[in-house]
This record gives sequence, C-alpha cells and structure tokens, in this order.
Amino acid sequence: MAAVQDGQVESDAEKETKPDASNDVAGNSSGGARSMSPNAASSASGAAKAAAPTGPGEQQTLLAVLQFLKRSKLLESVDILRREAGLSDELDESQTNDGAAAGSGAGSQGEGSVDAASLLRRVSVGGAAATNIAATTTSKGAEDQPDVSIVLSAYSQQGDPALYQVYYSGLKNFIESVLDCHRAELSQLFYPLFVHMYLELVYNNHEHEAKVFFEKFSGDQECYYRDDLRVLSGLTKKEHMKGNETLLDFRTSKFVLRISRDSYQLLKRHLQERQNNQIWLIIQEHLYIDIFDGMPRSKSQIDSMSGSLAGEARREANKAKVYYGLLKEPEIEVPLDDEDDEAENEEGKPKKKKPKKDNLGSKNKKQDPNAPQQNRIPLPELKDSDKLDKIMSMKEATKKIRLGPDTLPSICFYTFLNAYQGLTSVDVTDDSSLIAGGFADSTVRVWSVTPKKLRKVKSAADLNLIDKEADDVLERIMDEKTASESKILYGHSGPVYGISFSPDRNYLLSSSEDGTVRLWSLQTFTCLVGYKGHNYPVWDTQFSPYGYYFVSGGHDRIARLWATDHYQPLRMFAGHLADITCTHFHPNSNYVATGSADRTVRLWDVLNGNCVRIFSGHKGPIHSLAFSPNGKYVASGATDGRVLLWDIGHGLMIGELKGHTDTVYALKFSRDGEILASGSMDGTVRLWDALKAFDVETDDFTAATGHIHLPDNSQELLLGTYMTKSTPVIHLHFTRRNLLLAAGGYNSQ
Amino acid sequence: MAEREERRFAEVSRDSVKLMAESAGVEVGDEVAALLAEDVCYRLREAAQNSSQFMRHAKRRKLTVEDFNRALRWSNVEAVCGYGAQDALPFRPAKEGELFFVEDRDVNLVNLALATNIPNGCAETMVRVHVSYLDGKGNLEPQGTVPSAVQSLSEDLLKYYQQITRAILGEDPHLMKVALLDLQTNSKIAALLPYFVYVISGVKSVSHDLEQLNRLLHMVKSLVQNPYLYLGSYVRSLVSSVMYCILEPLAASINPLNDHWTLRDYAALLLSHIFWTHGDLVSGLYHQILLSLQKVLSDPVRPLCSHYGAVVGLHALGWKAVERVLYPHLPAYWANLQAVLDDYSVSNAQVKADGHKVYGAILVAVERLLKMKALSLSKPAEGGVGGQQGTAGGVLGFRESSPGLSPPPEPLSEAGLGIASHLQAGGAGCPWEDWTPVPLPAMYCELYSFFGDSLAVRFSTGPELEGCLPALPCQPADARKETVANAAAGLDNSRKMPQLTANLNISPRPDGSPHTEPPPPSLAGDGLNAEDTFHDVHRVPGQRSAGPSRDVFPKARFPPPQAGPPSFSFLIGGRQMGRRCQGRRFQTSFGPQPPLASLPPRAYAHKLPVIGRVSKPVRRWTCSHYSLHLPL
Repeated sequence: MAAVQDGQVESDAEKETKPDASNDVAGNSSGGARSMSPNAASSASGAAKAAAPTGPGEQQTLLAVLQFLKRSKLLESVDILRREAGLSDELDESQTNDGAAAGSGAGSQGEGSVDAASLLRRVSVGGAAATNIAATTTSKGAEDQPDVSIVLSAYSQQGDPALYQVYYSGLKNFIESVLDCHRAELSQLFYPLFVHMYLELVYNNHEHEAKVFFEKFSGDQECYYRDDLRVLSGLTKKEHMKGNETLLDFRTSKFVLRISRDSYQLLKRHLQERQNNQIWLIIQEHLYIDIFDGMPRSKSQIDSMSGSLAGEARREANKAKVYYGLLKEPEIEVPLDDEDDEAENEEGKPKKKKPKKDNLGSKNKKQDPNAPQQNRIPLPELKDSDKLDKIMSMKEATKKIRLGPDTLPSICFYTFLNAYQGLTSVDVTDDSSLIAGGFADSTVRVWSVTPKKLRKVKSAADLNLIDKEADDVLERIMDEKTASESKILYGHSGPVYGISFSPDRNYLLSSSEDGTVRLWSLQTFTCLVGYKGHNYPVWDTQFSPYGYYFVSGGHDRIARLWATDHYQPLRMFAGHLADITCTHFHPNSNYVATGSADRTVRLWDVLNGNCVRIFSGHKGPIHSLAFSPNGKYVASGATDGRVLLWDIGHGLMIGELKGHTDTVYALKFSRDGEILASGSMDGTVRLWDALKAFDVETDDFTAATGHIHLPDNSQELLLGTYMTKSTPVIHLHFTRRNLLLAAGGYNSQ
Repeated sequence: MAEREERRFAEVSRDSVKLMAESAGVEVGDEVAALLAEDVCYRLREAAQNSSQFMRHAKRRKLTVEDFNRALRWSNVEAVCGYGAQDALPFRPAKEGELFFVEDRDVNLVNLALATNIPNGCAETMVRVHVSYLDGKGNLEPQGTVPSAVQSLSEDLLKYYQQITRAILGEDPHLMKVALLDLQTNSKIAALLPYFVYVISGVKSVSHDLEQLNRLLHMVKSLVQNPYLYLGSYVRSLVSSVMYCILEPLAASINPLNDHWTLRDYAALLLSHIFWTHGDLVSGLYHQILLSLQKVLSDPVRPLCSHYGAVVGLHALGWKAVERVLYPHLPAYWANLQAVLDDYSVSNAQVKADGHKVYGAILVAVERLLKMKALSLSKPAEGGVGGQQGTAGGVLGFRESSPGLSPPPEPLSEAGLGIASHLQAGGAGCPWEDWTPVPLPAMYCELYSFFGDSLAVRFSTGPELEGCLPALPCQPADARKETVANAAAGLDNSRKMPQLTANLNISPRPDGSPHTEPPPPSLAGDGLNAEDTFHDVHRVPGQRSAGPSRDVFPKARFPPPQAGPPSFSFLIGGRQMGRRCQGRRFQTSFGPQPPLASLPPRAYAHKLPVIGRVSKPVRRWTCSHYSLHLPL
C-alpha cells in the first residue's frame, strides 16, 4: 500500500524541482551506511555548492548535508562545504539540534534509517512533493526496513549482480505459477523490471552480467517492445547511458502499470516472503502501480493498452473534464438565393454584430453541454472575407453528399510527379483550391488546383498608382504578370516536415528540420516570420481551425502553442517522453492533440497548458491524428499500421482498425464524420465505417476503469481498400462536398 | 555475449580500429582498441537509430546517406561527404584475401566538363490529379498511368521530337546527318522511344518513297546504336519495320530505275546489326524471322525482289541461317530462277535483271556459308578470333574472293552471341529440328553444281606460291577505279597475292594485308564475268583437310601448271571510301579469258549477274564491311 501511495506523488513538477543535490545526498547517505567513499562526499559538496546561492529551501538541504557529514565524521568536508556555502556555524548548530536528537545512535542500522528519514524531511522542506516521499519512506521504514537510498538513488550498487538473474527468474517462475487471471496482469511487470535490472547492471559496470541477463530474458518480452530492446541491447556501458534519450526516459519517468488489487496483493506477498528486496526496490523506485478494485484484466485488454514507452496512462491522468463540444458557429445569414455579392456584403456587416451579441447571451442555453465557453480562449474576430467564405462553405455543404457504407466517396488522387527531391508533407486548403507540398530540398511549393492562377500582390510602388476607390481594388492589386500555376517558397534550410494552410488561405505555415516554423504570405509569396523556439527539427505544425493560433512539435519533445503575431510561444506542452511526431488542433480550438514517438497521444488544454488526456496503446511512433468533426473522438495512426480510435470524453480507446501494412501517414474524417479515411505508406487508402466504430457500448464500469474489451471487427468496419500505384498516401482531405482527395509523391522505384 | 543481437548491428571490430589507428599513425593497445571498438559500435548504432527518424518523417522506406548525415549533424559529428549519390555504391571484394571495399571510380572531370549533352536538370515537379475511384467503386483507370513516358513528356522533349523527326524526314541532308547523330548519342530520349518507334512503323505508308524509307531505316540504326536506350519490347516493332523493307514488294520497286536493292541490302544489314547488338532482346524473334524468310523464299508468287530480300535477310542472319534455310531450299528455288534467267524475251528483260540480282545474292550467301563452315570446322577452338580481320592471314583472303559481294565478316563463335545458338538448340516445334548438317564437301559439290565456277571459293592444297604477283596492272575501263600499284604492298606481305591464271578471273586482293576489311570494289566491267577454267575444282574439297590449318583454304591458289602467266590480267585498285577504311587501298586483278561453258551446271555461269553495283553507292555505312555495296 505504501508503495502505491508513494508512487502517486510523482508529477512533472516534481521532476523539474527535484534538485540533483538530493539525489547525490541520497547516494552519499547510502554509501555512509556501508563504507563512506570520499568521492561521494565530494560530489555531494559539489552539488551543494551549486545549489548554495538559491533560496531557503536549498539552504535546508545544505544543512541536512552538513549534518550528515558531521555525523559521518567528515569534518574536512564539513568545513569545505560550510566555507563554500557561506553558512554560519550557529545556523548550522541550531538546525542540527533536532536532527541530532533524533539520530542519537548513529551506528545502528535501524536508527540510521530513522536518522535519514529526518534528514530527508529536512531536505524536502522546500518541495511538497519530496516531503511526501520522505514521509512515506519513514512509514515504510517501519514496514519493510528498506534503505533510505532506495527512494532516491537510481541504479546505484544494489547487490550481487550475479543474483539478478536469480531474482528475475524467481519472479518469472512465480508469475507463471499464479492463477491465470492474475498472470496476465502480473506479466506486465516483466518488461519494466527487465529493463531496469538491465540498466542497473550496466550502470554499475557489470557489463558481462548485463549481457548475459539480456540474452537470457530479452526473448520473453512482448514483441511490441522490440524496438526498445534493440536500443537497449546496443548499450553496454555506463558512459553510453548519459546521452541516450530513451534511457533518460526510463530513469526520469515511472513506468505505469495498472493492476487489480488482488493481483497486487499477491505480488507483494510473494516478494515479502522471498525477501526479494531487489525487485521490490525496483518496483518502488521505477514503477508506478495503479491499483484498481475489480476484476483483473485479460491479456487482450492489457495488450491493447500497453506498448507505450512509459506504460499505460494513469487513470487520474484521464480524469480531467474535457470540453470536447464544438463552438457555436457565429450566425451568418446565408442568402438562400444567389444574390449578388454586394448585397451579401452589405447584409453581412450588421448581421455579424448582432449574432455575436446574441451568441454571448444565448450560447449557454443552446450550446451542447460539452462545449467550452465560447470565449474560453480568445479567438480572432471574423473578417468580412471570412464570413464570405463561411457562406460559401455553407452553400457547398448543402450540396454535400451524405456518405455511408453504401455511398462511398469518390477519390481523386493528386500525384506529385518528378518529386525527386523528396516529398515530405502535403496540405490542402479547406476549400480545396490550393495544394502545397513540403520537400526535402527545403522548398515549399504551392499549386493552384483550380484554373485560377496564383498571383502576387504588386510591388509597393505599383500599388501607389492604383485607384483605391475602385470597386475592384482587390483585383487591381494583383500583379497579372506573376500569374502561374505554382509558386516556390524558399527560406528553410532543411527538409520541410510539416505544412499547414491558414483557414483563410492567406498564410501557410511550414516546419522544418532547421528548427524553425515559418509563416508565409500567400498574397506576396514571401516569408513573413520565422518562429524560432524549437532548437531541433520540427516535425509538424498545424493552424488552429480558427486561424491565428498554431501548434508545433518536434524533436525536443515539447509542443508549443504560438500566435502568429507573437514571436515567442504562448504555451509549451511538455510531457512526452520522445519526439512529438504530429500535432493536431481540436475542432473547437481549445485543445491540442500531439502524437509522439513514445507511442502515446496526449491531449493538451490550450487554456492552461495541462495535459488532460494520455492515450496509450499504440505500438509504434504515431504519425497521424484526426479529430472527428463533432470533436468527440480522435483517431491516431502509427507506424505499426494500426489506427486507434479514442473517446475523448471518457478517455477510452474505443476502436482498433487493423488493415494497413505500413505506417499510416494520413487520417481524415468525412465532413459529417461517417467515414474515416486512412492513407498509408503501403500505397492504399482505406475507408472505415466510423459511425459503426464509435457505436461501442460503454457501461459505467468500463468508463470508470477504462478497461474496455475491444471487439476485433476491423474487417467489418473496413468499407474499402483502394490502391495507388507505388505511391504512398501522405495526405487526405475531404472537400466540402465530401469528395475525397488523396495526395502523395509518385515513387518510381 | 549477446551475439545474436549483436549481429543485427553495424559492428566495427577491434582489428579495424587498430588498422584505422595505424593508418592515422597512432599505436593503440589491445585494451584501448577493444574499448574504442565497442564505443564506436555503440555510436554507430545510435546514429543509425537517430537517422531512421529522419527517414520516417520524410515518409520514405529507404534510409539515405542524407538521413544519416542529418543524424550525425544533430549529434555534433561531422557529416560524411561524398556518398550522396542515389545509386548504391558497389561493395566489392578484393581478389586477395578477405578485403572488401567500396568501389569509388575516378570521374574524369575534363570529360564531364566538355560533355556535349549537358543535363538540363530534372523535369519540373508538378501535381496531377485524376479520379481514381468513383463513388468508392471501380477502378476507373489505374492511378499509375501517370509515370509512363507519355505523360511525363516535357515540353523540351516534345520539341526535340518534332525537330528531330522534321530534320530526318526533311530535305536537308546535312540536318538529317546531325539529327541522326544526335539520335544515336542522346542519353535522354528514352521517353521519346515509343514516339520514334511509331514514326518508324510508318514505313508501310511510304513504300513508294525510297528516300523516306531509307531515312527511316537510318533512324532505326541510330536508335539501335544509341547506347543509352533500352529498346525493350520496342525492338520487335523496329524489327518488323526493317523486315518490311527487306521483304515487301515495295511500291517503289515497280520502277526499275529505283534502286530498292540498296534499301533491302541496307535493311538486311540493319537486321543483322540488331541481332548482333540486341541479341538478348530479339532472341525470341529469331525463329519467327527465319520462318517468314523461308515462307517468302518458298513462295513462287512473290516477286523476285522479295526473294532477293529473303536471301539477303538470311545472309544477314548469319551463315547458319543460310545453311539451314537457304541451302536446303536451293534446289527447289533454283528451277524457278533458272526459268527466269533462261527467258531471253524482251518482255522478260526486267524480270531477268531481277533474277540476276537474286542469283548474285544467293551466290554471296552460299560463298560465305562455305567459307564460314570450313572455318568453323577447321578452327573450332579459335572461333571468334578468326573472324576478326588482321589476325589469321590465311582466312582473310577468302572474304575477298568474291569481289563486290563480300560478306560481312562474322565471328565464328556465333553461338556465343546467342543467336545461332538458337538454331543449334533447336527445340520442339522448330522446323529445323530434324535438320542434319551437310558435310562441307557434299555441300560444296552441290553448290558447285549450281554455280559452277562462279563460286569464288576454292579449295586447294597446292603449295603456297611465293612472290607470284599479278602482272602489270592495267587500267580498267572504269574511270571510277584508280589503279594502284600496290605490288610493293603485296610483296611486303608474307602471304602473297594468289597467282592469277590466264583465265579471266577476279582474284582477290592482297590477302595478307592486315587491313583486310571489306571487300574490293564492285565489279566494274559488266562483261567481266567471272569464269573459270579451272576444271578440277571438284577434287579440291576432298583434299582440303590435308593442308595445315591456315592453309586449308588458300584462296584461289592454283596449281602451277594452270597458273601460267596471265595473258590478260589487270588490276582494279582503288581506295575504300568507307568511314572506317580510311582510304585503304585495294586492288583486284582481272584477266580476260575466253568463256568455257561446257559443264551443265555452269550453264548459268555466264549469266552471272552484276551484283551489288549500284548507281548511287551508299557511302554512309558506319561499318562498311557489313555493306554489300562497296563504296568507291
């Protein structure tokens, strides 16, 4: 029980605030329990020194360290530390009193632990989180008598390396012998334990033992961890761990497991009986066991949810309320008949102001209860042109084909020919008038797919000559000489991995390997802004459906929210444990979904930057995301070729679409959400019956526990498979009339 | 040791590290090397892993060097330069020892810089749309129509196509020359190939216009010779166009003034060229073509010009084709031909002239058949070499023994080239499967019975005659030929000119000449029918094997008794005009001799046609030795 509680404390914030010093102190104190090494002492003092200038919390830490050193009779170190930290003796004395009182018998092991506990209490005065740890440690000290060091040190020497195998196979035997219903759940332990034990061996320079250990047990792991295992197997030196991101992830985050209470008790009893401290320690340190009451889950249930880099999401992580409803559309009177444009314009203006006020008043009554406040995040006001566009879109929508399993969409394929330089990304405007491609040669190319050619605005000098009063001034500002079917935008210095049109078609965003996101004007076809914030490749970027905001994510694992008129990000969404590979805005613009190479999808609240959903279940990096038009669901596609469907409100996986044989690079719902189209590297477009897929019974229990049993009905949901010829599908788009556009670069090999 | 796992990765061994250190001038101990090797392995794997994400985001399946370099750059390691090419570098083993290396050829920058075909960059990136699936059903058209050559034709290429066709089919001979040359060397016209093939297939519509046909055939030649073109299945279309020119009774041949013979010869030459150079593509066609040639030959209704085409076609396909198709067919055909040649009526004059043409062609074909067969028997091991000029002097002379009709030199090892091998391979369904080779002597006898002394091939065992040079060269009446006093040249050679008999004979040119390319001039004097008083030719075949191999066929070497001083002999000499001949000299001796027509088989000998003499010799052969028409 205690272990569970102590695990719960961990949070991102804690990770940030937990100073290195505390780690070192712990290492030191553990050493003290055995043999005090001068190295540890000096490193401790070094850390303390670094921490010295900071606030009173740090000072407490220093004092604790001093106290510890004194008790260990390391007077020289004490002096040095004191000198360097600039602490006065009195302060030291006064602070140590209670500590000394508590730890009078420093020699004995039991008392030592109590001592350390009090010390830790001191250490953690600054951070609430750490306090918890200390508190639980003390209580635990009474129960299991663990070393203090267990709590804080990662992978320090823990015992005979030769015994690791014994421990692991002991546990393996135990798990294999338990009742079937528990076995599946407890089997989840294998992978994280294996990884941590291996890393511990490597960290402590038991290279040979590590290799043997790996060789012996790596075959037992689930196949979906293969990629991670491959990384691990290459790593046999302590030095290598330093630069390895995957390992840092393992160390800094706790692997989350969901286990039923019964199974957990079983495990705990076993470990206690066997005095199998080694494993117990690892579980406490590096695993987070999320215990639930109820029936143990089945193997398939577990498998569908596991696979991510850091285990499943905790239940609490998906508890926050998400306003997934759509914002109310501003009421614009749609002229029923084709009136002339002027009339529309004239009418438009007064209408807009009125509906807006109406909206504010009437919204709450009419709106669906799951929608966020209309002004939860400030959105740009509609311009006249936007309204015109809205009207156009509504008109088009009336001619929309109602799709269903019996009426499938027609598919048009846009093939990029002669794209020898490498097509890396594609986007199509909402009205399907422009298509843009990002290329590996750092260019962005924009094509007009309508007969209307692309024109630039005239130069400033020429603009001066224009009669600004003329009715067709908008036409006059365009330079007819520049008309062409396509334009090339030069500016990036690396492959362009993500592009996105603004909803009003005036701007284009592109993100590139060079670490920047660029904003391009589609009036002048020049670069307007380069947003520098990610210092690593930016894998994806997307405009908000309302424009103005955009999100970007990349190799630095942080998704950033930007506004076009700010050169610095407004929000940074940190939490992913690996590259963010794709980003997507929720239709109501209040949330952002990110898919990552850590094999999870996260949903972030734009308002406060919190992570409100973590969806685990993919077995490979996620490369595509799509929200259903009603905002209730999100679909994600990954390198494993599967598409998973998630219910945002409940935070549940509700569907798995199997069929593709390669990475799913494109996902799109039809305009009414009846059909989900997926495009993949395997050169096919597949259509799925989305309505049927979402029609999953979710009783209260499943909703509460998140243990959904997925029917394996991919074949029933698959409405059609459409082949291209040697062309990976990298973008999909439904026109306003529900014609499906697919795009990809022809690959001649 | 996790060896199973290890093997999946790049690995740098301890020894490699040591070697590298050595090459950098550093001594590394075993321990250090081991540590380094391990670290290098790890870093390598790490970089490979990192690079894979660049590949994934570029939406590719193939990891490129660029991906790897990006990964290196992001981990602050210097990128690897010089491996950016799309094509994989060949990784070769060294002959000695287990050493592997990446083959890195030197690029001659001078050539590159002076190259005439300057690449104009790749085609413009573009987007094309088409409806793939209507209402989710039916595959209206495969999406892949796009990449075919037709659709990716750029403006430039189309323009090129127009210009080239216009130039080739146009009036300006100079332009045509340039266009053909470019067609032959341009490396970027693969996309236009179907268009050109289509144009060439237009031969059928211009059968009245020899000039156009000729130009189209030249176009075929350029395409065939273009090293950058892969003809693929288009070769069939080309072959059928060429066959049309060879076999069809062209509209142009109605007018006797039209020299369609040349065209057929050229087409046959082209056919042979296609088979030699693109044997792999057309091997399946070989039997088909043989069949159609045979069909034409055995069809008496066909005009003589078609028969002529069939004969030169067979001749072009190699002596084995002649042996298997023409030779067995000869007795049957002979009757028809004889009838034509025997008809002296005025109305038949034209047909008779045509008949002479056919006669000549057959003669050429069988002569080469005899020679090649004999060669192949005598020099089975040296096959292929003997065919090349300038190597085996004894062989060479024979090629010239039939003035004006010298067959193309042909490597003996035809089988090696994959063409004749089909004949030998036979196979079920092949009409020649039951064919049994006729022994050379029998063949010679039979042929002799047809041609008599017109057969220029002689088999003799007589001793080599040294220093027997033709007597005074006389200036032939034909002004086109200049007499060349090449007695000296003849003397220089160890193999001497054959001794001339007193007969009016056409003797071969100096055979010892290392340059013996093709043939001596066409017979200028119409009256100089090659007749031979050499009566005992028949005994020769039986004796031929007695001589040393290189003397197996001493050309027209006559025994001394008959080789009395020629009473009327003269030389025809001149320079060959072919491109590759570079004005090589040649000469032919003639000696007037009263005709003797005693032997029945030689009844036709005096009708020996004027073969290969063209009013307008084609001088543009790239390989003049293939030509049946001798440039003068």
